Order: sequence, then structure tokens, then C-alpha cells
Amino acid sequence: MTSTIPDRHGSAVVTLPSDEEILIVRVFDAPAAIVFDAWTTPEIVQRWWAGDRGEVTEAQIDLRVGGRWRWVMTANGGFEVAFSGEYREIDRPHRVVRTEVFELVPDVEAVSTMTFEESDGVTTMKILSRYPSREYRDATIASGMEGGLQTSLNHLEELVRQPS
Amino acid sequence: MARTATTTDAFSAVAEGSRREILDALGAEEATVSDLVERLELTQPQISKHLAVLRTVGLVTVRADGRHRWYRIDGAALQPMYEWISGFEATWNARLDKLDEVLVELQQKEKQP
Repeated sequence: MTSTIPDRHGSAVVTLPSDEEILIVRVFDAPAAIVFDAWTTPEIVQRWWAGDRGEVTEAQIDLRVGGRWRWVMTANGGFEVAFSGEYREIDRPHRVVRTEVFELVPDVEAVSTMTFEESDGVTTMKILSRYPSREYRDATIASGMEGGLQTSLNHLEELVRQPS
Repeated sequence: MARTATTTDAFSAVAEGSRREILDALGAEEATVSDLVERLELTQPQISKHLAVLRTVGLVTVRADGRHRWYRIDGAALQPMYEWISGFEATWNARLDKLDEVLVELQQKEKQP
């Protein structure tokens, strides 16, 4: 085997298909089953979910319909970021639907549909997340901004305290 | 993140579906109102109304050429929106780039006897 690090870094594409949705698309040089397992196996999630932004400190996954998941990372800045929810559909290796709550804003539940389409060992992953409103969708995007995470979390909290 | 009224804010202006269609149509090349009427399923008054909003927030500019008025996208005005999305995208890229590396290892492991 020669060089195996695929040259797909930085190739995720984020679009906003409707006012309440975010779509993330990324291609991986791996079969769908392996990508699916990377999203649904605690030991594997532990290794990548924080990216280079921190450490995963918890990756609970009860992979069955109605089962809970909870992923926590400690960001490099020292603060904790926790997401959790429930699995709604599981169809290995094609599709997972789960609810997602950012625990600092527990009242806002998004529904994420992840699909994995394989063609010749190359898998296109799509994550379509639907939020209760455009404001929450926008706040989620803002919270993912580099360097602005903490500020954005504060915004998100404000938003929840003063619903428009 | 609270947004102000539709007509004063580029972010809110593009939240409207028809205005996004107009921006898409103008993305390729400048166009007149009648070009847009032809291309989109919108009436002339609807298109004119949306163009007025897009001009107010600076997303679209217009130039007169004889009897025609040509509309085009102002790229600079789209920049903050692009940056807003690209921060989120960067966070996901950091995460998924790491997943890339993990996937390579998992496949190597699978190939071993």
C-alpha cells in the first residue's frame, strides 16, 4: 500500500437548503459500512469527533430505535460542549436518524438525518439537520464559528431566555 | 442571533425563498427584470419588489443601459454571509478531516489477516 492519507481535507460543503435546515456533505474514501460504524461506535467516535479542537470525554451510544446517545468534548479553551439525543431510525450502513440537543440549550431539539451512499468504495455522507426555527438554525451556525464559540453560546442562551 | 427587519439586513433578505432564486439566477450573469420573469416562476411585480429589497440591503446593484436596467449580484455584500457559513464549515472540516485519518486506519486493520 502506498500513501493512504486521502486528499479530501477541507472538502466538506455546508449549504442551507431551507430556512430551518443545514446540509453538510462530505465524501470519504471508505466503504459505507466503515463510515457508518465510525459514527455509531463509541471507541471510534472518541477518536475523531473533537477534531483538533479538543478531547472527546464521553461518547455514549445506545444504538437502537429509542436508544440514547450523549457525546461530550472538552474544547481546547477548557469549556465543555455536550450534545445528546435519541436514535429514531437505524439502517446500517445507509441511514441514521437521530434527535440532537445542545445541552446548554436543552429546549431546542434538532432532527438529523445522516445518509451514507457508497459507490466503488467511496462514500458520500450527507447530514441534514432540521431546527425548530430559522433563528435556532442561524444560532447553530454562529456557534460553529472559529474563535467565537463561547460568545455564540452566550447568544444562544440569550435567545432561549427571550424567545421572539 | 436576533435579526433585524427584512429590508435592512442581508441575512434576512436571503431568508426568503424567491429572493434566493433571484440571486441564483443573477449568479451566472446580469439580467433584466424581463429575463428574470422568463426564467423564474414569478410575476414582474413580484420580481421588482424582491429586487428592491435586495438593492436596499446592497446584495444587488443595477446599471442603466439605454432603455434597459441590468441587475447583478454585488459579491462584496455576500462576503459576510460567506464568512458566517465558512466558520461553521471550518469546524466541521476539522472534525471530518480527523475522521478521514481514522477511516484509513480502520481499513488497514480490516485488510490485515
